[in-house]
Amino acid sequence: MLSLESITNSIHAWLNNTFNPTLALLLEFVIVGTCAIGLFTVLGLVLVLMERKVSAYMQIRLGPNRVGYGGSMQTLADTLKLAVKEGLTPDGADKFLFNLAPFIVIIISMLILAPIPFAKGFQIWDMNIGVLYVSAVSSVSVIGILMAGWASNNKYSLLGAMRSGAQIVSYELSAGLSILSIIVLTGSLKISDIIASQENGWWIFKGHIPAVIAFVIFIIAVTAETNRAPFDLAEAESELTAGFHTEYSGMKFALFFLAEYVNIFIACSLGAILFLGGWMPLHIGNWSGFNHIMDFIPSSIWFISKVFFLIFVIMWFRWTFPRLRVDQLLNLEWKYLLPISMFNLLLMTLVAIMGWHF
Amino acid sequence: MFLSDYISEIFNATKSLLKGMRRTGYYFTHHKQIITQQYPDVKQILPERFRGEVVMTHDEKNEHACTGCTACELACPNGTIKIITKFDILPDGKKKKAIDTFIYHLELCTMCNLCIEACPTDAIKMAQNFEHSVYDRSQLTKTLNKPGSKIKEGIE
Repeated sequence: MLSLESITNSIHAWLNNTFNPTLALLLEFVIVGTCAIGLFTVLGLVLVLMERKVSAYMQIRLGPNRVGYGGSMQTLADTLKLAVKEGLTPDGADKFLFNLAPFIVIIISMLILAPIPFAKGFQIWDMNIGVLYVSAVSSVSVIGILMAGWASNNKYSLLGAMRSGAQIVSYELSAGLSILSIIVLTGSLKISDIIASQENGWWIFKGHIPAVIAFVIFIIAVTAETNRAPFDLAEAESELTAGFHTEYSGMKFALFFLAEYVNIFIACSLGAILFLGGWMPLHIGNWSGFNHIMDFIPSSIWFISKVFFLIFVIMWFRWTFPRLRVDQLLNLEWKYLLPISMFNLLLMTLVAIMGWHF
Repeated sequence: MFLSDYISEIFNATKSLLKGMRRTGYYFTHHKQIITQQYPDVKQILPERFRGEVVMTHDEKNEHACTGCTACELACPNGTIKIITKFDILPDGKKKKAIDTFIYHLELCTMCNLCIEACPTDAIKMAQNFEHSVYDRSQLTKTLNKPGSKIKEGIE
């Protein structure tokens, strides 16, 4: 049976047989890099279109429906427009930092892609601290945002960047604690181990109510971390025009935009890995017949559909809830989410010690 | 007491958020409610009293009901209408006042409907056409009576 794992293995074997190991490794780097950039482009196009369509239907509108079949080429046309647009640098800006910031943000998004398994055995780098790596590197993106805000020499940009900093630092805590409550159950930070532990059922079902609470808190926290509504204070159109990317145009703006959507994809894939079993098909206990049918669906389809389900939920949030004020935002984190997730972690530890989970 | 308030606050907040999500979820799954008008493809049926522009009604014999009394010209608050009259010679040798050209400046018109109300013979009315964009301003100055048209029999 043709699977992504067998394809990568055969490419690896062919490269090692044809070239010497160093050259083969370098060629693999090039292939992986090209695939990552390709994935970024496709994700940007698909997710922006999805966002526009979902938002349109939720607001009783039609959304883009002119370019291509049902508006499917709309984002391609938009990208073309952005690509030919002039990338302005404001007069008073810190030119070096201003031009560096979008690349920092996009490079960090690319870095987090490394431990994400897209299918069974289809993973760039299965390191033993995978989850820690993702949560550590994802919080570095605030540096790119602060850099962009500071270097723009614009009050709106600076305010947006500062808000974004406060928000990401605060919500990192409850996201980390809800990740921890799954790590307590699996006992490993390695992503392949976490997925393997969900073979007989996903953690959201096996971990009882604490897992559900952790899942809800995780979704709220990653929505805040990716700066999306109702937590989009960093770019709040009505207050700060566009926040930290007010002064950016053309391709540099497109990089920020792309990084936002790729971050959503990565956050949702982490949620899918931890709570919904990654590429693992839906298995229910000992129903071997049912489990066998589920195994026929390829693992990549399972993974992508779970991730897109979570992305849809986050889009649903965005087009339903009003934006929070800064004080409300920090109240929600420090007075509600953090205490609840701490208590939840305690409960989860109890569940894990007593072996109450399935 | 504090703890029960805290928990009920969380519970109520979750309930109200879910209520909102239920509404948008309903809209997402029920596409029949979409209110977007597909304007150039599907034209909306406008209400009868919609005021788009002033037109003069002509019947199939190319006859209108305008006597050239200039009541509309006087009623217009911003000089949109200009009527140029002439004298027709009737068969019995008498002269009769009639319109030569009914000039209507669409670019000045505010669609206030005062001219239509002033008209004693209901010769002019409001049409529903609202697509007035043209490449030159002079195209907005229109002559409302059709060439070769004449007044209906029996209207004084």
